[in-house]
Order: sequence, then C-alpha cells, then structure tokens
Amino acid sequence: MPIISIRDLVVEYDGRRVLDRLNLDIEHGETMVLLGGSGSGKSTLLRQIIGLERPKSGSVTIKGVDITRCSEAELKKLRHSIGVAFQSAALFNSLSVEDNVALMLREHTALAPSIIDLMVWMKLAVVGLAGFGKLHPQELSGGMKKRGAVARALALDPEILVLDEPSAGLDPIVAAELDELILLLKEAFQMTVIVVTHEMPSAFRIADRIAMLYKGTFSSVGTKEEIQASQNPRVRQFLDRVPGDMAHISAVTAYFEEYFQTQEAYQ
Amino acid sequence: MATVLESVGKRTLNDLDYVGSLNIQLWATLRAMRTALPFVGNRYRWQATVRQMLQIGVDALPMVSLMAICTGFILAMQGASELRRFGALNYVIDLVAVGFTRELGPLLTAIAVSGRSGSSFAAEIGTMKVTEELDSLRVMALEPVEFVLAPKYLASLIAVPCLSVACNVCGIFAGALFMFFSTHLSPALYFHDVMDSIQLHDVITGLIKTVAFATIIAHVGCLEGFRVRGGPDSVGRSTTSAVVKSTFIVILADAIFTTIFYFTVKS
Repeated sequence: MPIISIRDLVVEYDGRRVLDRLNLDIEHGETMVLLGGSGSGKSTLLRQIIGLERPKSGSVTIKGVDITRCSEAELKKLRHSIGVAFQSAALFNSLSVEDNVALMLREHTALAPSIIDLMVWMKLAVVGLAGFGKLHPQELSGGMKKRGAVARALALDPEILVLDEPSAGLDPIVAAELDELILLLKEAFQMTVIVVTHEMPSAFRIADRIAMLYKGTFSSVGTKEEIQASQNPRVRQFLDRVPGDMAHISAVTAYFEEYFQTQEAYQ
Repeated sequence: MATVLESVGKRTLNDLDYVGSLNIQLWATLRAMRTALPFVGNRYRWQATVRQMLQIGVDALPMVSLMAICTGFILAMQGASELRRFGALNYVIDLVAVGFTRELGPLLTAIAVSGRSGSSFAAEIGTMKVTEELDSLRVMALEPVEFVLAPKYLASLIAVPCLSVACNVCGIFAGALFMFFSTHLSPALYFHDVMDSIQLHDVITGLIKTVAFATIIAHVGCLEGFRVRGGPDSVGRSTTSAVVKSTFIVILADAIFTTIFYFTVKS
C-alpha cells in the first residue's frame, strides 16, 4: 500500500485550473522527485501533499488518511510524521538555529530539556551544523539555512520528508552537498522523500522515481532511467533544454501585433 | 451612476469582510488564549507573552510618559487661561484629573501603542507570511493564532491598561507642576484635590476603554499582517494600514464608549 496516494486531484485559483486530475502513488521508502518548469504546478502540488491547501476535488491520502477531508485534529496528528523544508528555509528569525530545531520537540513531546538538547545536537550534526546552533538564521549562509531547515524537518524523525527546491539559489558545490545529505538521510532513516526541483542533475542524482509536471498534469512518471530514455516531447524539451515558443522571434512579433491591435481597438 | 453604486457596494462589502475577519480572529484568539496563560497554559507561550509585555509596555513607557507630561501641561495651561477669567482656577485640577482618567490617558496610550506595537505586529506577521514562516508553523502542527497572536493579545490586554495608568499619573503630575509654578499650590493639596475629583467610575470607564483599545490595536495589527499578499512591499503597506486603521477605529470606539458612559454613568 502506498504511503501517499493522490487521486484525481484538481486545484483551481480564481477559476484558473492549476492542477488537473493528477494521480500518483508514492511508495514507502521511495524518493520521488517532482520535476517541472516554473509555473507547472510543482509547489501547488507540494502544498496539497502537506495539507496547506484544500483542493477543488480529488483526494490526497497519507498513511490511509484522506487529508482533504479529515478533521483538523487528524491533520495535526498526521503532520507529526511529515517533515517539511521550505524553499526559503523559513527558519524563525527570532529564534536561534537550535531553538528552531527544538521547537517541535518542546511543543509535541514531554522530553526532558537535557534530552531535547542532545537530540537537537544530533539533528544539527547530521546536517553538518553542530557548531552553529547558537547562531540566528540571519547569520547563516543560504546553504546553511537550507540545512538548518532540513534539521528542523527531521526533529520528530518523520516518516515522510518533503523538500521544496532544496538546491535553488545555491552554488553547484553546496547543491551537490545537499543531494548527498538527502541520500544519506534516506539511507540512514529509511524515509520517504519528496523533492520538488527543476535542477536536472540534482533530480537524477537523488530520485528513485521522477514525476514530470507540465501545465498542471503529469506528462511522465517513471524511474530516472525511464525518464532519461523518454521520447515524450515535453520531457525531451525539458531534458534537452529546448527553448519554448516565447523565445522565437515570430512569437514575440505576434505578441506585439496583438498588443497594438488591442490598443487601437480601445482608441 | 451604476459605477458609483458599484464602487460603494464593493467598498461596503470589503468593510464588512474586514469586520467579519476581525470577529473570527478575535474568537479564535479567545479560544487559544488559555495556552498563553501562566500556570495553566504552555510555558513557552507565557514566556512569549512576557517578552511582548516588555515590548508593548516597558519599552513604550518613556515615550508615553513624555507625551502625557506635555499633554497634561498643555491641558492645564489652556484650561487655566479660560477658567482664570471666571475665578475658577482650582477647577484646572478637576479638568486635568478627570480628563486624563476618563479620556486622555487611555486615548494617548492607545495612539502611542498603535504607532509602536500595532505596526510592529503587522510587520512581524507580514514578514513571517512572506518568508513562509506561518506555513512552517502549520506544517509543524502549530496554530499561528495560538503561537503568534494569543501571546500578543494577552500581553496587550495587560500592558495597555498598565501603560494607561502610568500615562494618567504623568499627566496629573504635569498638572501639579503647572499649578505649583503658576499659583504656588502645594503638591500635597493638589493631589488631595485630585483624589476628591476622581471617582471610582472614572477609573473603571477609563480601564474599560483601554481594554477595548488593546483589543483593537492587537487584532487590527495582526489581521493586517495575516492579510499580507505578495512580497516585502506588501509588508510595508500592511504596516501603514495597521496604524491608520487601528488609530481610526480606536477614536471611533472612544466616541462610542464616551457616548454610552455619558448617558449611563451618573457623576
């Protein structure tokens, strides 16, 4: 039985369909990479998976609980088994890094402060930030913030780890370090990992399977080998970095012609 | 004509939506408030409440005191210039004492707190929204209303009345200085007259106002923060809006309370 099951998921914003009847199963212990261009719906799908938004229709079932229909209490309980690291890291600026990591342990467990301190140190050590716990997020580099966010996501030893664009905005070396960290975490903790990215090298390094999103639908889902061998034009365009229509001079000319015609019609 | 009606209708609906949102937020906060209380609540929330009390109350004390001393002096001088013509200079004491206890103390405090803390609430929560910190709280199974708003509201409820009492004392003290230098009235006699002129209901109505003003400032500031959409520029707009709206609503509420007390409380 898959740990996450998405069925006929439809999401609309102001009548504009962003996700269109998506179906996807993610197995326990699997690393699933959600790949796609800007505006393809990756982050929207992620927000659905972590229960931050409710869809127009369809279901997202996590560990047998449909989070689109369950109560707030059930959702809260389920969230203890999901760790999320956001694209912007989203560490609380008013707290030190170790307090950020300790927050969930203090709020959701009855552990003694000394045990919490030890656990926080262990989580920070796993992501290579053991000596930086006293610092505040604004004193960290971009890569360190992202690792801090991963440490916080790991606080309650979640079964599912969700990472939104972990390597966005990072230099290739730090991005590669984060990839290795994700592989290490999966190996060490047997977690199910969902990664949203549009970085191809990162996706092919860490993924067991890749789901490729294009304009709100999955254009292709498969293992990384299947995706690499895919002849799907959308997949090929993405893998081979073929520019879209907007980069063609004819498309730009057509756009301007349409714009001027609209302006004339108004006058 | 239709356009005017449309815009009036739209504006009315927006205002109703705003009032409705304030109400929903207020009830949600009251439900979550238990967690911010000492002994029975969560100790981290109470610590946050104490920090907020220091920021709202103690940090604002010098500014509010100075404002109160200046206003007390102005009120005494303006009152004296008119009352002297009727040989009723001793009524300056009543004017300053009753004026501050019923009206100026709560209002000056509210305006100062609105400018300092209302804007700070909006900026803090708005920034948390832009940087995904609020989403981060939700995925950590922590409610932003409980985690962010409840300590701020409880702190306002405690700090604003205390600040208002300090404001009253400073304003009345300024009146004593004026009377001493202009009529050589001894401070002991001045404060004896002050105690005679102030009645218990003056103090109680003043405190009722401060509790209402604290509610308005905390909730308008926080709501403006929660309503931030987009980027950092939106945080700036929400901060301005928090000060403008809370000051306006405070003055409106003051007028309503004063009218009610004028007709219901007999001196």
